[in-house]
Amino acid sequence: MNESTWTTIGLTAQLAGLSTLLLLLLGTPLAWWLARTRSPVKPFVASLVAMPLVLPPSVLGFYLLLLMGPQGLVGQFTQALGLGRLPFTFGGLVVASVLYSMPFVVQPIAQAFEAIPERMLEAAATLRASRLDRFFSVALPLARPGLVTAAVLGFAHSVGEFGVVLMIGGNIPGQTRVLSVAIYEHVEASEFDQAHQLAAGLVLFSLLVLVTLYRVNRVPRGEAAS
Amino acid sequence: MIEASLRLQRGDFKLDVALQLPAQGVSALFGPSGCGKTTLLRALAGLERASGRVALGTEVWQDDITGHWLPTHRRSLGYVTQEAALFPHLDVRANLDYGRRRSGPTAQSFALDAVVELLGIGPLMQRRPSTLSGGERQRVAIARALATAPRLLLMDEPLAALDAQRKAEILPYLERLHRELALPIVYVTHAMDEVARLADHLVLLQAGRVLAAGPLSELLSRTDLPLARQDDAGVVIEASVTEHDPRYGLSRVGFAGGSLWVGETAEAIGEPVRARVLARDVSVTKSRPTETSVINVLPVVLEAVQTDHSTALLRLRVSDTGSDQRAVRLLARITRRSCELLSLQPGDALFAQIKGVALMEAHR
Repeated sequence: MNESTWTTIGLTAQLAGLSTLLLLLLGTPLAWWLARTRSPVKPFVASLVAMPLVLPPSVLGFYLLLLMGPQGLVGQFTQALGLGRLPFTFGGLVVASVLYSMPFVVQPIAQAFEAIPERMLEAAATLRASRLDRFFSVALPLARPGLVTAAVLGFAHSVGEFGVVLMIGGNIPGQTRVLSVAIYEHVEASEFDQAHQLAAGLVLFSLLVLVTLYRVNRVPRGEAAS
Repeated sequence: MIEASLRLQRGDFKLDVALQLPAQGVSALFGPSGCGKTTLLRALAGLERASGRVALGTEVWQDDITGHWLPTHRRSLGYVTQEAALFPHLDVRANLDYGRRRSGPTAQSFALDAVVELLGIGPLMQRRPSTLSGGERQRVAIARALATAPRLLLMDEPLAALDAQRKAEILPYLERLHRELALPIVYVTHAMDEVARLADHLVLLQAGRVLAAGPLSELLSRTDLPLARQDDAGVVIEASVTEHDPRYGLSRVGFAGGSLWVGETAEAIGEPVRARVLARDVSVTKSRPTETSVINVLPVVLEAVQTDHSTALLRLRVSDTGSDQRAVRLLARITRRSCELLSLQPGDALFAQIKGVALMEAHR
């Protein structure tokens, strides 16, 4: 493999890593809110989060491009802040990737939070734990399997993303060219050997990730129930 | 004094109570399911938002007039539920430390060892909750609540989820708690035997309202409450062991103004015990029975008669125990026919024949 391939792999890892971090930071409170709220806007927010599951990536990419473009709301905002425009930059890719992978992160965490019996949190309250304390000392540890699943799915999904990346990032080596786009390029150029290298690598990587997930994330017997 | 006046509306259910509970001993909230006893307990803890006022002595937890509201985690209480909500990700010791670490200096200096010993959970400290039996879990949950050194312990049917054997395993620990700690306990239950064993003060709830409240023995000896119509209606007598008769396998328990023979107990002489006498085990005669197999015969005065179609419920005051509130009283359930044949009238001097006495507070 040549140097540009390694650059592509490095960039992909950076994108997925940064996206996962942001996804967990944003997704966990959002999942907590979704799991606990009785607000009438909950179905609306839940649907919005789940949209990327049903929308073609190109649709999301297209609208993001418009939003972040020079005439778009976000674009004008970032320009006003002196950050320039997001499309065709690494930052833009991260934003798009986070939005697109959100349901894969929020849903497992929300399910894990929903599975925590209310009486656990009430017990913590009667043991002098404040609201925030209960979240960190009871809710998060009990939702650990959901958090692990979310992190792995978020990471893997960011690595495998193609449509949105192509729309937002294009294919700039060292800036926005990630693995999935590189594979596409190789195939277009009939460089099947290089395409194989990367594609087979991704298959192996995904398999490894999932096997690890299922091994690590086994809940010790009897603990989920009590 | 624990004061609570609380109102709350949930669909068809309406809770509307005003209570003053003693600041010591066990106050039982008793009533059928759906009467609001759990809701009331949750409202005391601040887990349920009712309107009104809750105060523990001079410490006000809720007062809607001044807009004062202490969230649950700032109320000095312990709460034990039917299903012990132990934290599955922590071992027993970490569960005990959870509340203790978050409580004030009183709890930090509080002798955890004493609580661990009291509840017999020393050998369980390194175990995970999932490996404990139901009874062990409940004991840990009680210890965890006590480890915060609360000023009030709230217990919501702590024995209801356990089978008879586990129940029998926990009851002695609850009795020790009752005896050895100065902590007031509010205890929700629908089981009369738990009330008879543990309670000092009784609150009868029905459909969200207080039907009656007062000292246990006073309420149990009333003929006008639904309690008296239950098959297991009966009184509880505070007594102490005065004599053992191993020849016949009997013990005698005494109270001011009388005594009763009971099956031989392991309690030492002088130990306080509670004797429960059911109304269906008591009959009356007009003259002192001479040749009878019943060994417990007490002179009594008939205070009240409550009849229905076939039975008559008599309230009897044991003659030698005085005539005020503290006098020992019995209930007797006889047929209405006998009541009329003997032409029983309040004020009559009678003899109560007691066929069965159950002794409670069995020590370990």
